[in-house]
Amino acid sequence: MLFGMSWDLTNDWTFAWSIIPMLLIGMKITIIATIFGFLIAMTLGLVFALARSAPTRFISWPVGFVIEFVRDTPLLIQLFFIFYVLPSSTGITLPALEAGILALGVQYSAYCSEVYRAGLQAVPNGQWEAARALNLSTWQTYRDIVIPQAIPRIIPALGNYLVSIIKDTPILSAITVMEVLHVANIIGDRTYRYMVPITMVGILFLILTLISAGFVKFIEKRLPRAGIAVK
Amino acid sequence: MKPIVRFDKVTKSFGDTVILRDFDFELTPGERVVLMGPSGSGKSTVLRILMTLEDIQDGVVYIDDEPLWHEGVGNNLKPASDKHLRKMRGNVGMVFQHFNLFPNMTVLRNIIEAPMKVLKLSRKEAEARADELLARVGMSDKREAYPNSLSGGQKQRVAIARAMAMRPKLLLFDEPTSALDPEMVGDVLQVIKDLAAEHDLTMLIVTHEMGFARDVADRVCFFCDGQILEQGAPSKIFTDPAEDRTRQFLRMVLHEEPASEAS
Ligand SMILES: Nc1ncnc2c1ncn2[C@@H]1O[C@H](COP(=O)(O)OP(=O)(O)OP(=O)(O)O)[C@@H](O)[C@H]1O
Ligand SMILES: [Mg+2]
Repeated sequence: MLFGMSWDLTNDWTFAWSIIPMLLIGMKITIIATIFGFLIAMTLGLVFALARSAPTRFISWPVGFVIEFVRDTPLLIQLFFIFYVLPSSTGITLPALEAGILALGVQYSAYCSEVYRAGLQAVPNGQWEAARALNLSTWQTYRDIVIPQAIPRIIPALGNYLVSIIKDTPILSAITVMEVLHVANIIGDRTYRYMVPITMVGILFLILTLISAGFVKFIEKRLPRAGIAVK
Repeated sequence: MKPIVRFDKVTKSFGDTVILRDFDFELTPGERVVLMGPSGSGKSTVLRILMTLEDIQDGVVYIDDEPLWHEGVGNNLKPASDKHLRKMRGNVGMVFQHFNLFPNMTVLRNIIEAPMKVLKLSRKEAEARADELLARVGMSDKREAYPNSLSGGQKQRVAIARAMAMRPKLLLFDEPTSALDPEMVGDVLQVIKDLAAEHDLTMLIVTHEMGFARDVADRVCFFCDGQILEQGAPSKIFTDPAEDRTRQFLRMVLHEEPASEAS
């Protein structure tokens, strides 16, 4: 029994069929963690990237340090930090899933910020100079000229991170999140049959990553090479 | 007449390399001046200082008697704030060798972007201004096109319209035709000549096009090693230069012109 549902152990096929609803519950958690983790990563990553290239060192250096720190430490440390250390040191307690999403988001924001930074730097300096000559502000230049031109270069790299964030979600089981692999593991523990649930989870992950990669390709194809048009 | 631009003992260096030392230079309002000189002599640097793309290490640059890179009066000058630079930049426009159009915007949007965002014109006013300029540079039919679909000469004409839309007092041209195929050069030079005829705009132009300079320039400055070696009316400089280096340079430009323009 799991989530109030039971399995049918007659043979492998009936077993596989009977645990699909349970795995799908886990899959939902996996997808939620991926989507929200990735949204945080994309947003926070942009903030990091802009802050890191800020003109004053008082901003750019600390931000650079945080990015390096997050990039060079395992996700599990961020996870334990947010789930176990944060409550005891600041009193902020997050439920396991939220903590996991935040940890994924922070970890990948460090990667994303590098993607953004490379994308922004690839926009030729002449664009900045023309904008300056027209007296546009730094913010206006980013918003209407530099960021729209950087996006087509950024999307493919972000797509890779989307796929890799999906594959990192099982780490959240370390703080009890019922993502799909954790569910499969529990089923295995209780039935002593691991082969079927673990194989099914592998297939589910494969489907999920293929769909995501296809989605990224779809977006890439629709982007004009010159950048996002500003009407 | 009071000068619109005045360099007063300006020093500009990149690290240890001094490009301009105690450089003095003036432009009177409405004057068209052509800067010529060997590669690396600092012509672009002079323009870029005026466009606030390069700062200066010593001396003062005045635009309309107001320090460009400084604030305050007399001997109490301190480095300019961003606000001051933004105010001063409103007087100046620049046309670049490589056009630097915004590829993510249509031709029209390239032109109305800054008038709307910086001058706060309404979209209607900005478009009216853009349409008039597009007509003048002969690009009305490309209003909705994207820059990547244009030839070099067309891009440069749009870039000129874009700079003009901000109604600068001083317009800088940094080798506006040297990145163009030879057959495009004439159109762009004609557009600049027309602007010079219709406006009392002050123009500072770096170019090696001698025929163009002869038609348009009130004064040609021969620039060498960060100094103006010789200057005067084009007829004087081109036919009877006083300095040997000027003569050598002109001979070289005359011989190389077709080849260097094609490169
Ligand atoms: N950002 C920079 N850092 C270091 N040196 C620079 C920089 N920009 C220009 N220089 C140097 O300053 C000198 C003058 O450059 P500038 O571009 O003003 O010359 P120019 O007269 O416009 O030459 P050209 O005809 O080749 O365009 C050159 O020697 C150049 O190498
Ligand atoms: Mg130059």
